Amino acid sequence: MMFNIPLPGATTGHAVGGVLIAIVVGPWGAFLSISIALVIQALLFGDGGITAIGANCLNIAFVMPFVGYFAYIIIAKVVGISSGKGKAIAAGIAGWFGLNAAALATAVEFGIQPLLHTGADGRAFYAPYPLSVAIPAMMLEHLIVFGVVEGLVTGLVVRYLQQSRSAWMLTPAGEDTVE
Amino acid sequence: MSFPREFRDYRKFLVALVVMALLSPLGLYMPRILKAGSAWGEWGVNEIRKIAGYAPAGMERDANLWKAPMPDYGPPSGENAPLSRQGIFYILSGFTGILVCGGGAWLLGRWLAGKKK
Repeated sequence: MMFNIPLPGATTGHAVGGVLIAIVVGPWGAFLSISIALVIQALLFGDGGITAIGANCLNIAFVMPFVGYFAYIIIAKVVGISSGKGKAIAAGIAGWFGLNAAALATAVEFGIQPLLHTGADGRAFYAPYPLSVAIPAMMLEHLIVFGVVEGLVTGLVVRYLQQSRSAWMLTPAGEDTVE
Repeated sequence: MSFPREFRDYRKFLVALVVMALLSPLGLYMPRILKAGSAWGEWGVNEIRKIAGYAPAGMERDANLWKAPMPDYGPPSGENAPLSRQGIFYILSGFTGILVCGGGAWLLGRWLAGKKK
């Protein structure tokens, strides 16, 4: 999560791992553990900030793991995946879905701020950009770049876990049935 | 060598983790070299003032509610510290984060388990 990926001249992003954690320990475990990490990030490192903890937990600790986890289950069911490699690919696609769901939730929360909190002088009280700016700005970079990075990280780590002595962790959601 | 078996099995993995930790300041330097700004929406008050032309009053009001001890995973002196120092703090804050998250989760678990008895 500390490997920031720069989009030159524009913005930065990094993998989150929310779907990965959900596949390994289940979505509720992910909800709890990611929330702890987000609170500590805000308190210790000023990342996100203490007034954003609630929104951050909703998007990153709730929306992302749950959407990703159910995307993973649905993909694996629909395609009828039984091989470990197939499950790792399904996990990667689920990672892409989960991150983009979180990005969309975040974009909507940003985008409704000017509607909710605009001063008499027409200046926004908090985030100034409306939905028509926030959604394209957030979604383009996440759909095309960061979602792909998230998917790759998710799929590769699930594959690694299947082949390592930690494979027991993936039971039952992602176990490698090849063994 | 008389390392426990678990340790030997995970040696490659541990080496990989250490290498990744040492490389992680790249995530700090690369965005600066390539002039990539903050993540969308994660602007500080000064950044939003430059981008939007003004600082939203609510953001300005709440910006100093809390002073983080290691702001932006760097030294308390912030972005004016030399880059090498920032890199070291970047790695250090990673380890601090792992320890505090793990410790916090452990304490929370103990507290919740204790309440059941």
